[in-house]
Amino acid sequence: MSRSRLLPYLLIGPATVFLLALFVAPLVQTIALAFTHDGAASLANFAKMVGDLNFGLSIRNTFLLVLTVIPLQLCLALAMAMMVQKLEKGRDLVLWILIIPLGASDLAAGLVWLSILQDRGYFNTVLNMLGLVDGPVNWLSYETPVSLFVGVVLAELWRATAIVLVILIAGLQLIPKEYAEAAEIFGADAWTRFRRITLPLLKPSIQSALILRTVLAFEVFAVVYALSGRNFPVLVGEAYAWQHGNQNNGVAAAYAILVMAISLAATVVYIKALATRPETQP
Amino acid sequence: MAGITIDRIEKRFGAVAALRELSLEVADGEFIALLGPSGCGKTTLLRIIAGLEQQTAGRIRIGGRDVSALPPRERGLAMVFQNYAVFPHMTVYENVAFGLRMKGASDADVKTQVERASGLLHIEPYLERYPAKLSGGQRQRVAVARALAVQPAVLLMDEPLSNLDALLRLEMRSELKSVLAASGATTVYVTHDQTEAMGLADRVAVMHEGVIEQIDRPQALYERPATRFVGGFVGSPPMNFIDMPVSGGAARLGAFSSPVAAGDGLVTAGIRAEDIAISDSGGLPFDVVVCEPLGATLLLTGRIEGQLARVAARPDARVRPGDRLSLSPALDRIVWIDPQSGRSLGASPGAAA
Repeated sequence: MSRSRLLPYLLIGPATVFLLALFVAPLVQTIALAFTHDGAASLANFAKMVGDLNFGLSIRNTFLLVLTVIPLQLCLALAMAMMVQKLEKGRDLVLWILIIPLGASDLAAGLVWLSILQDRGYFNTVLNMLGLVDGPVNWLSYETPVSLFVGVVLAELWRATAIVLVILIAGLQLIPKEYAEAAEIFGADAWTRFRRITLPLLKPSIQSALILRTVLAFEVFAVVYALSGRNFPVLVGEAYAWQHGNQNNGVAAAYAILVMAISLAATVVYIKALATRPETQP
Repeated sequence: MAGITIDRIEKRFGAVAALRELSLEVADGEFIALLGPSGCGKTTLLRIIAGLEQQTAGRIRIGGRDVSALPPRERGLAMVFQNYAVFPHMTVYENVAFGLRMKGASDADVKTQVERASGLLHIEPYLERYPAKLSGGQRQRVAVARALAVQPAVLLMDEPLSNLDALLRLEMRSELKSVLAASGATTVYVTHDQTEAMGLADRVAVMHEGVIEQIDRPQALYERPATRFVGGFVGSPPMNFIDMPVSGGAARLGAFSSPVAAGDGLVTAGIRAEDIAISDSGGLPFDVVVCEPLGATLLLTGRIEGQLARVAARPDARVRPGDRLSLSPALDRIVWIDPQSGRSLGASPGAAA
C-alpha cells in the first residue's frame, strides 16, 4: 500500500484505539458483568436490581428530574439565546459569563449549591437577615422532599443549561437574518417570527441539544449526591451505591445497562419526534 | 395613494456617513432604480425605507403618512431580497401566502391571491414543493410572487436578479417589467447593474458615496450625464473622457476643434463610443491598441494623445492594432465637463432633474 493510501488509517488510528480501549471494551465488560452470575449467564443481577427497595424510587426520581429539568432548560436556553442574539455590544462577554457553569465539574457545582442551600448556608442567612425565618431551616433532608427536589432542579438548571444555550446559539447563527427580516416586512410581529420562522429553522439544533442534554440528564448523579446523599435516590446513584457500598458490581452493571437502554430509547424518541425533512432546511 | 417622500435622510455608521442628507420623491406607481457601485449607500437607503434599518436623521413618508418611526410591518410594503429569503420550511404555496396569512386573510382569499400571484410568475407547478427543490430562478419567482400576493402599494427590491446567471437575468428582467407594470405598485429597485436599471426603471437615481449624483429618465441619463461619475458608470463601454485645452471659446485637440462655453484652460469632453465617426483625417488622432469584435460592433480601444478611449466602430471596419485613425465625434452629443468639479457644464448644481 502506498503511503498516501495508508495515511487516512494512520490518522484515525489513535482515536480508534482510544475508543476501543476506553469505550467499547468497558461496554462489553459491563454487558458481560450484568448478564452473568456466578460465572454463568443469568438475569439474576436484574432480578436483584428490580427487587431492591430503592429501584422504583430511583426510576421515579430520575424521570421526575429529567421531565422537569429538560423542558425548563430548553425554554430558558431559548430565551437566553434569543436575548444574546439581540445584543449588539458585549455579546461575546455575556455569552462567556453565561457559560461559566459549564467549566465547573458536576461535583463542584453540587457543592456550590450545597453551600447555598444547607441549613447554615447562604440562603438561610439571607432569609434570616430578612426576618423570614428564625434559625437554620433544613431544606435538603428526606423530610422535605419538595424543597430537596427544587434544590436539585435549581442546581441542575444552573449547571447544565449553558450547554443547551451554546448549541442553540450555534444553530441561530446558521439562520440567515433575511428570513426574520422578510417575515417582519410581511407583517409578522416578534412572537410570530419566533414561532413561525426561528423555531422551525432551529429544529435540528433543538434536536441535538435535547438528545445530548437528556442523555446526560439520565446520568445525573454528582449534583444529587452532593445535595442529598441517598435521600433522593437516582439510577446512577444506585449503581454507585451497589458498586461501592454493597461491593456488588453485577447489580451496578445492571443499573448501567438500564440507564443506557433508557438513554437510547430517549434518543430514538427525539429522532422520530423531531425529524426534519432535509428539503425543508436552508 | 402611495408615493414615497425621502426627506433629508442621513445615516451614519460611527464616523462614516453612509447617506448624506439624501432627498428623493417617488411618484405613486413610479418605478425608480437606485443605481450605484457597492458601498454607495443604495441598499442602506432601501433598508431605511423598509424600516429594517433606522436612519440617523430625516423622515420617510409613504402615501403622505410619516412612517419614520414605524416598524416594517406597519409600513404597508413588500420586499424582494437579494438572496430570495424564501422560507425553506414552508411549501411554495405557504411562502406566497405568508403575507396574507399575517394579515389574517380568509383561506378563500389566500387561495385566490396565491393563485393569481403564482400565475403571474408561472410557478403554479411548484406550489406544493419546498424551495430547496427549486432552482435559483424559480426561488426568485417565489419571492416576487410572495411580494405581489399582498398587492403592495410599495414594492422594494434589493438586487433581485444579481444571483441569477446572465441568460436567466435577461429573461426575468423583461418578465419583471411587465408584471410590475401591471401591478401598479410604486417600486424602488436597487441594483449595481446599469443595464438592469436602465431597462426597468421609469427614472434612475445614480448614487455615489451617499448622495444621489443624478436622477433622470434612463435615456436622458445616458445622453446628458450631470457628472463625470454618472457618464462613467452608466453605459457600456463607459463614456470616454478626453481632456482638451480651451482657448478663445474653442476646445482643440489634434485637428479637432469645437466651440465650448468654457473659459481658457482645460475642459473634459465626454464622448460616447458610438457617437464617433472614423474618418481619414481632420479629427482626433487615435492610436488603436486592441480590437474586439463584439458582433454588433467592433470595439476599438486605444489612445488619443495618450488618453484612453474606446470607439464602437462598424463591425465590418478594417482596423488593426497599431493603426492611427482620425475620429470625428458628433459635436451635439459631446458632454462638456468641468475637470475640477467633475460636473457637466450647463447642468445645475445638485443635478436633480
